[in-house]
Amino acid sequence: MDFLIFKAPILMVQASLDGILLGILFALIAYGMALQWGVMNIINIAQGDLVILGGYIAYTMYLAGIHPAWGVIVSPIIMFFVGWALYKLVINKVVDRDLFISILATFGIAIIFQQLMNFIFGADVVVAQSEYGTTMLFDNSVTLPNSKIFSAVVSILYAIALVIYMKKSRLGRAIRATAQNARAAKILGVDTEKVYAATFGINAALCGIAGALIAITLTLHPYVGLPYTVRSFMIVIVAGLGNLPAVAISGMGLGLFEEFADYILGTEFRIGAVFMLLVFILVYRRFKLSKKREYLK
Amino acid sequence: MNKLTKLFITFISAITLMLSSMSSSFAKVDGEYIVLGAAISLTGKYSSNGVHTQNGYNLAVERINKMGGVEVQGKKYKFEIIYYDDESNPKRAAQLAERLINQDGVKYMLGPYSSGLTKAIAPVTEKYKIPMVEANGASRSLFTKGYKYLFAVLSPANQYLEVAIDLAVEKNGGKPVRIAQAFEQDAFSQDVRLGILDAAKRTGSEIIIDDKLPKELNDMAATLAKVKATKPDVLVVSGHTKGALTAIRQIAEMKVDVPMLAMTHCDAAKLSKQHGKKSEYALCASQWHKNLSYKDKFFGTGKKYDKDFKKEFGYAPPYQSAESSAALLVFKDAFERANSFDGDKVRDALKTTEMQTFYGNIKFGPGGQNTAKPMILFQVRCKGDTCENKVVAPTKWASDKFYHPIPKWSERS
Repeated sequence: MDFLIFKAPILMVQASLDGILLGILFALIAYGMALQWGVMNIINIAQGDLVILGGYIAYTMYLAGIHPAWGVIVSPIIMFFVGWALYKLVINKVVDRDLFISILATFGIAIIFQQLMNFIFGADVVVAQSEYGTTMLFDNSVTLPNSKIFSAVVSILYAIALVIYMKKSRLGRAIRATAQNARAAKILGVDTEKVYAATFGINAALCGIAGALIAITLTLHPYVGLPYTVRSFMIVIVAGLGNLPAVAISGMGLGLFEEFADYILGTEFRIGAVFMLLVFILVYRRFKLSKKREYLK
Repeated sequence: MNKLTKLFITFISAITLMLSSMSSSFAKVDGEYIVLGAAISLTGKYSSNGVHTQNGYNLAVERINKMGGVEVQGKKYKFEIIYYDDESNPKRAAQLAERLINQDGVKYMLGPYSSGLTKAIAPVTEKYKIPMVEANGASRSLFTKGYKYLFAVLSPANQYLEVAIDLAVEKNGGKPVRIAQAFEQDAFSQDVRLGILDAAKRTGSEIIIDDKLPKELNDMAATLAKVKATKPDVLVVSGHTKGALTAIRQIAEMKVDVPMLAMTHCDAAKLSKQHGKKSEYALCASQWHKNLSYKDKFFGTGKKYDKDFKKEFGYAPPYQSAESSAALLVFKDAFERANSFDGDKVRDALKTTEMQTFYGNIKFGPGGQNTAKPMILFQVRCKGDTCENKVVAPTKWASDKFYHPIPKWSERS
């Protein structure tokens, strides 16, 4: 097959923009994951399901006649408390344990969330309409849904706000201190229990924002959480923990890579190509590490 | 093991034993009841369509029982269904089929929802020689395995959109067309794809884009950008409800202009309700529509069925419910013609079924698929903000004219 994308170079612009806009959204979810992974050493399998729950909050508002874009403000607030409650109920019992235990626990949470959402919102695929219209570039040959632009802008704004908060606020400093050395932080008077709960809450809030954006850009279904978990996991693995610029770049890179893989290899290899990339990066990192004789912590 | 656990286990086994001995008295025909078994997705990802299926079954059971039931050897019997929830999980469905047959003594089965689950159950019913009439498994591979006890009242998946290609060729003045297609990678959608490939071959049409969408995918931007660049005559999309909703959302957002758009699962996705005017002109494959002129003495016409169903369950019946109701009519007919409860005799009777129901004509081919009923296409048409599905093909039942080509986005309000 000859490649359409090389015959019509304008498609490259389209693919790049699509990839970057989607990548920014994924980076937001991934940053939440990186944050709590770094601070609490927990890999949250329920990450994607928190995203979908956030989406359903926006969708519920849409059904009630409120514009779903308000979901990016309401959803994180509700989700923060959901995250907080989850921490108090489940996560605090596994936070100091083996990584495997926390994976199992969050896997359980994921299943419960899926079934609950199915029970409450039904198994139909749903969408919320933003009616934001479309931006057309290059004589209509490149189209950008305004909802995607909106979602990228909102993601960036929240990410910036979060970085500032982590740098300047008391809680932000406490979170960073706990991430570096929980024991030392505790000795110096940081209430690590509270820090953990807040971190989990912040992560859930980020998921809530992303979910609301997904409700207006893509589709919602109680069982589509897992791909979001997997993607954010991938971004975090590539970018490392607690490094927002790296997460953003890795998110956009992944989005780009996915779009181009679609054009060049075919849609059916899109997800496969991403996994191949992941394997490649892991092998490469290991190779580099063994050369340096260092280890990650 | 401590004493308490032991006691607990003994207790549980005692109860299980008791229950299993009780349920075996249920058997195939219990007093005046003919007992049918069904595993249905009441929870999990298929639960909405699972419920549609169950409602369809229940409405038919109630109607048949009320109108005199099933007459076998001069005695009147009533239908009764034992349901289990298969949790939308094929493994669970197969287990439940075993349980229905071995523990509950069911001798006749009704199908679950979806091709995947029907595929899981069919080997079990085949093994125990239990006749199964199914209404929601359309995958072609169900009918090529040589199953002898499987009967499907619906048209197989490869027929879903073949008509659309014929229609496109017809609109192109009988000349071959250029087709762009995107199908999810699952059994059903790939069968639909095979049908398109056949139709393309038959009409000499060319397939210029042939994308296979991964199951996890909820973004079709890349496929649609390709469509925009290549300008095909017809775009075909099949990927269950998610595929239909994603396609419409992104076609509208990206202002993709195609003369013809054909899809599956429009009514399951409530396209016209969720997307409103954006979904206008989409052409959708359907097993059934209430306006078709088929008739039977239990439900009357499709319109009457629609009304009765609405009254009972409070929503308009999707075709999944209609075909499920039809499955019961087929069973009743077969029991009466067999005039016996013997499994093989009932199967033989099913094999020679030739009848009309409100849902369509039913006659089974050698593989168990229904060969007597064509698929229909409807087109979403809007007046103001309310959108409706209008039957446009085949011409025999068309209530409205097929609108072609789809106006460009720049010309649409």
